[in-house]
Amino acid sequence: MITFDRFTLSNGLRVLVHTDISTPMAVVNVLYDVGARDEDPDQTGFAHLFEHLMFGGSLHIPEFDQPLQLAGGENNAYTTNDFTNYYIQLPADNLETAFWLESDRMLSLAFSQKSLEIQQKVVCEEFKEHYLNKPYGDVWSHMRSLAYQVHPYRWMTIGRELAHIEQARLHQVKDFFFKHYTPCNVILVVAGNVHGVQVRALAEKWFGPISSGIRYQRQLPVEPIQTAPRYKIIQAPVPLDHLCKTWHMTDRLGPSYHATDLLTDMLGGSASSRLHQQLVKEQKLFVHIDCYHFGSSDPGLVTIEGKLVEGVSMEKAEQALNEQLNAFKRQQPSAQELEKVKNKTESAIAFEDMSVMSRASSLAYYELLGDAAWMNQELSKYAAVTTAQVATVSNELFRSENENTLYYYANPSA
Amino acid sequence: MIDRQKMPPIVDAVDYQLELKPYAHHQLANGVDVYMIDAGAEEVLQMEWLYKAGNCYESQNLIAATTNYLLRAGTTQHTAYDLDEQIDYVGAYVNRGCYNQQAGLTLHCLNKHIDVLLPLIREVLTDSIFPAHELLLYQQNMKQRLSVNLRKSDYVAGRLIDAYLFGEDHPYGRYSSPASFDLLTREAILAFYDRYYLHGHFQLFVAGKIPADLLKKLNRYFGDLPIHKTDLPIHTICPSVQKKFNIQNDPAGVQGAIRIARPFPGRHHPDFLPALVLNTVFGGFFGSRLMNNIREEKGYTYGIHSHLLNLQQTSAWMISTEAGKEVCEATIKEVYAEMNRICNEPISEEELNLVRNYMMGGLLGDLDGPFQLIARWKNLILNDLPPAHFYRTIDTIRTVKARQLQELAQRYLNPSDFYELVVV
Repeated sequence: MITFDRFTLSNGLRVLVHTDISTPMAVVNVLYDVGARDEDPDQTGFAHLFEHLMFGGSLHIPEFDQPLQLAGGENNAYTTNDFTNYYIQLPADNLETAFWLESDRMLSLAFSQKSLEIQQKVVCEEFKEHYLNKPYGDVWSHMRSLAYQVHPYRWMTIGRELAHIEQARLHQVKDFFFKHYTPCNVILVVAGNVHGVQVRALAEKWFGPISSGIRYQRQLPVEPIQTAPRYKIIQAPVPLDHLCKTWHMTDRLGPSYHATDLLTDMLGGSASSRLHQQLVKEQKLFVHIDCYHFGSSDPGLVTIEGKLVEGVSMEKAEQALNEQLNAFKRQQPSAQELEKVKNKTESAIAFEDMSVMSRASSLAYYELLGDAAWMNQELSKYAAVTTAQVATVSNELFRSENENTLYYYANPSA
Repeated sequence: MIDRQKMPPIVDAVDYQLELKPYAHHQLANGVDVYMIDAGAEEVLQMEWLYKAGNCYESQNLIAATTNYLLRAGTTQHTAYDLDEQIDYVGAYVNRGCYNQQAGLTLHCLNKHIDVLLPLIREVLTDSIFPAHELLLYQQNMKQRLSVNLRKSDYVAGRLIDAYLFGEDHPYGRYSSPASFDLLTREAILAFYDRYYLHGHFQLFVAGKIPADLLKKLNRYFGDLPIHKTDLPIHTICPSVQKKFNIQNDPAGVQGAIRIARPFPGRHHPDFLPALVLNTVFGGFFGSRLMNNIREEKGYTYGIHSHLLNLQQTSAWMISTEAGKEVCEATIKEVYAEMNRICNEPISEEELNLVRNYMMGGLLGDLDGPFQLIARWKNLILNDLPPAHFYRTIDTIRTVKARQLQELAQRYLNPSDFYELVVV
């Protein structure tokens, strides 16, 4: 049970306080309700590029990192398709330093042309390092644009192409800031060796004077229901063939979310899971095979992907995978198999909750979804899933009309 | 109106009186040392069985790692699938790990499942049979994974720089090849298992919320295992004579993986602790000189870091980054320029003070939680360092002088002493 207090400042900033006096540290987690899904299709990668610019100095503070390091703190940030999250960990004694830094960059950035130019280069190198210079690095770029036709999940957070990042201009950075980076679009979580009265006073002092901004109303195009299977063939100079399949699933708050999550654990993700046992160990068709989903806020994708053993044909591997999925659909899983993945989930949550940082970011995320208290209901939601529900979900999910397949062929001369 | 230009007052982290919470030390009936940290609020445990069975003990490439990996491949009582199923059923994680000196198993589990798991762990440590078909599958899949990894410039660079520093025949510099997987035999694995697991030597590191009867249970399942003296074989370091390397790995590559490294003495050397501070200034954190110059000023890379290798017998100082193909040369030039600057000019008090605070704050955070505490103790114990070493580290962070660091830089950060590798 993760306890917390919650209050809202008059400018709309939502604040959550989670006290744990067993640690000497404090965590300040600032979640902005904007992600890659909110980008213009002609300007993808912008939310993430913007995250880099948040470290390039703010209105009154030329350097973000230095004062924090002086206060014994560390920080980082990440951007997803759904939101952007910044976090600081520092000795609890120096908590106010984090308020000072985070509030100034929420008030206004310095908008330096030089910082923009440098970070454009840095992000282009990040793009190259993770997506261009790695074998199979472009799998998800292809898969996203295959599985989604209109929803902005059709591009990756890093962006669709280097040119989009290179073309960003300072006035666009400003517009983005004043549209999304305002108190009414933010959830602030303060956790660790802190207490409610202290946090409230600091929040009023540093964030209170910032003007509210306008609540961003998200109106994203809804992905039409897929009615026929889609394929794409890629030839690339990689050593092994790779098969990647996805199926459209529910959104994060959908009633079948927890059953879907458990279902992916039955199929992949552990040594005893079905696909690993059957296709890697018994039939020896795949070098590895995984099944997972991203848990995205809007309707997401269940994914199965793996690399083929050299000499195994794509057709044979795909057929064997289909047989496994058909068997899974035909016969309800046993109570024991369901119990296994529930136990795994229980243990994963216990280990995750050991770190204050992870508790803070989870609270922020559940508050973004609707209510931080849902964090404490997750286990009972998983416990309530039945084998019949798993069978129903798997039959809804694994239909060929709902399926996207990427055949990624190893071709030395491609 | 608040003054937003003014930083709120801080408590200097250098003034913290840090204490490393002591472990409880026990011995099982057979003399096996058990180190325990009892802390944390969650009902979870982490246990590590560390054998003297790492790469240093093998006489054929990959035998130590393969033996370790196949510990879950079956016993006389259970197939690999049975083992996997039982471990997964209780939501536990049993990870294998093979390092240069040690190798073993790490268990993470909820306390309530400990009675199912301890006998299973005993079984794999005492009764593994390494079935031939499991070895064959392992060889096939590892070779194919290797073929994928060899397409990654950073993976190739990581292997080669170690080989230049220590020699391809030293466990620190040895790397795998398809042929080395082909040469593995079940007999050699069984012999290694027999010598280094069944008749070897291990230690136990335990952390979490420790149940009162845990020690009794550990004695029951592990207190009767035979323990044998296991001497570390002597290996000679054979560094490369050639210093500069350019490797063409991927004709379509858009970045180069850069590694710049030199040998450095191990943790017992008096220069090691001050070098930790110097390294932090130079390239050890986000605010380091390398990051400021090469990422934040020039935008040549997503990240550049330097670090001292965590090895037991010696160390090395290494700078690593991935930079755009067309700026690799410029990046290397800037790394050397930063070496020259840190040799020629003393670090300002302001910069040094920031690094001291940053390091102490980091240390405070690193001591947070049972798993972090046991990790720090393990590092001391495995390196034969006394608890006082922890306090010497803190002392060094607090008091080392800019002049000392400059002298240290002049001794160790000379560009001509470094190996230089670019893999595109």
